[in-house]
Amino acid sequence: MDKVEIYLPILIMVAVGALIATVLMGLSVLIGKRTRSKVKMQPYECGVDPVGDTKHPVPVKYYMVAILFIIFDIEVVFLYPWAVIYDSLGMFGFLEMLVFVAILITGYFYILGKGALKWD
Amino acid sequence: MDYLQFALISLIKVVTIVGVVLTGCAYMTYAERRIVALFQQRVGPNLAGPFGLLQPMADAIKMIFKEDIRPAAAEGWFYNLAPVITFIPALLTFTVIPFGDTVTVFGIETKLILSDMNIGVLFFFAVTSLSVYGILLAGWSSGSKYSLMGGLRASAQMISYEVAYGLSLVGVLLLAQTLSLQELVHQQQGFWGMYVWKQPIGFMVFFICAVAETNRSPFDLAEAESELVAGFHTEYSSMRFGTFFIGEYAAMIGVGAIATTIFFGGWQSPFEFLDFIPPVLWFAIKVSGFMFFYIWMRATLPRFRYDQLMNFGWKMLFPIALLNTMLTAGIRLWLK
Repeated sequence: MDKVEIYLPILIMVAVGALIATVLMGLSVLIGKRTRSKVKMQPYECGVDPVGDTKHPVPVKYYMVAILFIIFDIEVVFLYPWAVIYDSLGMFGFLEMLVFVAILITGYFYILGKGALKWD
Repeated sequence: MDYLQFALISLIKVVTIVGVVLTGCAYMTYAERRIVALFQQRVGPNLAGPFGLLQPMADAIKMIFKEDIRPAAAEGWFYNLAPVITFIPALLTFTVIPFGDTVTVFGIETKLILSDMNIGVLFFFAVTSLSVYGILLAGWSSGSKYSLMGGLRASAQMISYEVAYGLSLVGVLLLAQTLSLQELVHQQQGFWGMYVWKQPIGFMVFFICAVAETNRSPFDLAEAESELVAGFHTEYSSMRFGTFFIGEYAAMIGVGAIATTIFFGGWQSPFEFLDFIPPVLWFAIKVSGFMFFYIWMRATLPRFRYDQLMNFGWKMLFPIALLNTMLTAGIRLWLK
């Protein structure tokens, strides 16, 4: 199949999407009324003066989830090509994937036991 | 085929699809307000035009005329870029969705799909996971604590459900032996040919994850009003907020379209005696069903707590999806 026929429409879609978003946001910048004051430009904090800023560390749990996501999502990506040619692999493909999933499950129970997914 | 002609046809198709999707988003907000009102025994917006049908137009005009506030603490270009980054992936989903078979318009034969690639399913996952960048950037660059919390929560939630999301489709791929969406539709002939009957668990996991991916109720912790004001878009106003809003609804329609294509036979008519309804209309009917289901869930279910959400994703959906995959593989091998 011709590469242009596959990827050109996607490029056109990106261009049209970017154009629409820019025009919409530009319109409200141009048309919307503007009154500026120091208080209005403060971060929103339910009406009281903002306390502190956002430049402080975030809980390490979020990083843990991100790392685990990378590992498990790559495992999922491995399953895709396997699934598409599964019929031609036969018994061999099934057993190989059982071994693969067994390793995956071991890792999964390990992180569960370590409490990496605990949220309280 | 001549490239210039192909580019022109593609441009026409892109503009049509974007037009339909944006109108769909606008009327989705109207439908949502009317239907939720029905659930709660209220009337809902009914004054702008007949049955309030002009309400979305009024909302859009109002939003454009609102003041565009850019807080002093916002971080440069990232703040401006974030809505665009969430908006484009939502539209990109529609490039791989088949709306029908080949048609002939004015003597030119063309496919009712923008990009008939053989890895459509993978492409869908690739672009939907891009939208997390926009949300994280918006939360981080706004310079507000509510935004930061909302952005962090949203990104952790989206990547957690991404795992089960991807895994839930492997069952279908095992049966279909293809990643092309057009081919998936061709395989689902008739009512009982739909993959939802062969992969009910896969479909349920897929749809739950899809709701979590699009940050919709009951998984809308990213914008939990009662604790985070509006989450990652707290500091966004006027059409900048509007772009986020359209992006979210376009993503919902995109997910509905993908679920229709993979599990409900896409543009194929499920019953022979209803073949007179054109394929594009069948597609629209099926997607509307999903949109109604989204609204129904929002009206019915309360919001999850954050630890419940993470536990549900990692300790329920992921093992179920993995088990479903291996069971499907085993049964497939046994039947062969």
